[in-house]
Amino acid sequence: MPTERPSTSFKFRGGSFHALVLKPETPLSTWLADVDALLARSPGFFAKKSVVIDISDLSLTNQSFLDLLEELSTREIRILGVEGPNSSDFDGRIPILARSQTSKDDSTESAGYAASTPSPASSLIIEAPVRSGQSVVCPDGDVTIVASVASGAEIVAAGSVHIYGTLRGRVLAGAYGNQRARIFCRRLEAELIAIDGHYIAAEEIETHFRQAPIRAWLDGDALKITTMA
Amino acid sequence: MAQVLVVTSGKGGVGKTTTTAALGAALAREGQRVAVVDFDVGLRNLDLVMGSERRVVYDLIHVVQGAAKLSQALIRDKRIETLYLLAASQTRDKDSLSDDGVERVIDELRPSFDWVICDSPAGIERGALLAMRHADFAVVVANPEVSSVRDSDRVIGLLDSITDKAKHGEPMDKYLLLTRYDPIRVGRGEMLCVDDVLDILCIPLLGIIPESKDVLQASNVGTPVTLNNPKSAPARAYSDAARRLRGELVPLAVPTDYTLLGKLFGRRAA
Repeated sequence: MPTERPSTSFKFRGGSFHALVLKPETPLSTWLADVDALLARSPGFFAKKSVVIDISDLSLTNQSFLDLLEELSTREIRILGVEGPNSSDFDGRIPILARSQTSKDDSTESAGYAASTPSPASSLIIEAPVRSGQSVVCPDGDVTIVASVASGAEIVAAGSVHIYGTLRGRVLAGAYGNQRARIFCRRLEAELIAIDGHYIAAEEIETHFRQAPIRAWLDGDALKITTMA
Repeated sequence: MAQVLVVTSGKGGVGKTTTTAALGAALAREGQRVAVVDFDVGLRNLDLVMGSERRVVYDLIHVVQGAAKLSQALIRDKRIETLYLLAASQTRDKDSLSDDGVERVIDELRPSFDWVICDSPAGIERGALLAMRHADFAVVVANPEVSSVRDSDRVIGLLDSITDKAKHGEPMDKYLLLTRYDPIRVGRGEMLCVDDVLDILCIPLLGIIPESKDVLQASNVGTPVTLNNPKSAPARAYSDAARRLRGELVPLAVPTDYTLLGKLFGRRAA
């Protein structure tokens, strides 16, 4: 079989995803020993990172590929996808990725072997108050806070931010490029809110939104706020 | 075995040292063995408020560095014999405090006392972090104004993250002591009311200390406010807070020197 090159593989939403690309070398046992040495030096190196494995320089059978995945999994390295397989024998357990050449058509549905869902976005739920000086960063998904966010605290999320308390600090939703992110809070007393880099500081927030339950979204380049019943 | 509590706030001038002295004296007057420890190395004040400044020979730094024994450095109060002070050094700075040394001193104090009260310096730097690190729980002192409340909020976050208890995954108990509370100014909307502060800080309330000239007066004569004029409004409020620390259920009210008008406003504020 020829190399699989799906034409339009991705559905991009406002930007690309960041992933670490691992390129194993032969002999694999030596390479794995190097990985172990790296992990011994910095145990958290791969923690919570999305990793893509590039095997274009290897000739692996399905079984040896699965063995490699097993080895990585025991080291808690989460493989998001595989790049450059030279065989179609793989059983599809790991999505095959292709580097996007030209097409970034948002409306095109993914097809073929492509990763239709790049691993479910991990969201974050926090049930304690976020204190002044604390920063909650969620580079993957939504953040839900079932408490208040203090003045001087900061929430940064790739997706939307939901606050079931008073928002007195700052919230940056869609912070890694997501115009569709939204902000919801039960009581707005924020220092600043922003979606995809478009922000409103406290001074510019209209007074009738202060202390009200609100939602905020992006309309073109304008950050809009409305009260919620 | 002592309970170790840290009196902390983030912001300066809100009443940490006054509170340390007042709570320490109130507990000791009831027969509890109390050590109050000044962590404000370089800017020591607790010795003045306790009226022991002329008897300081050895201090916390000497003990931390092994230059003096704990028994040599502890200064017994002249008024209450179960009350002791471990003073800070005025000529050194906070870098002289080592984490190991502080832990050793706290561990050495525990068996001999019922309460060890650590008076934290202002700020969130080394001295403040060392004062809170080995504590069992915290009394967070705040004034009813936004900058004090926000700083206290910051400190609560630190108590939940850098203390020994937090690092062992145990909950760190924190109690709010609202000081310099003026019911009349709260009634006029010039100060945050109790509910506003509790809404922001979300920790249990240990007591409300009214603004009073008795506090400054007690400081100036070097007597904890609970001993100087036990009948005064702040003294009664501190004594109530001390009883709550011991687990007594004392109804919460703002003791006040004001007459009817103040009481009306006080009730509305609470």
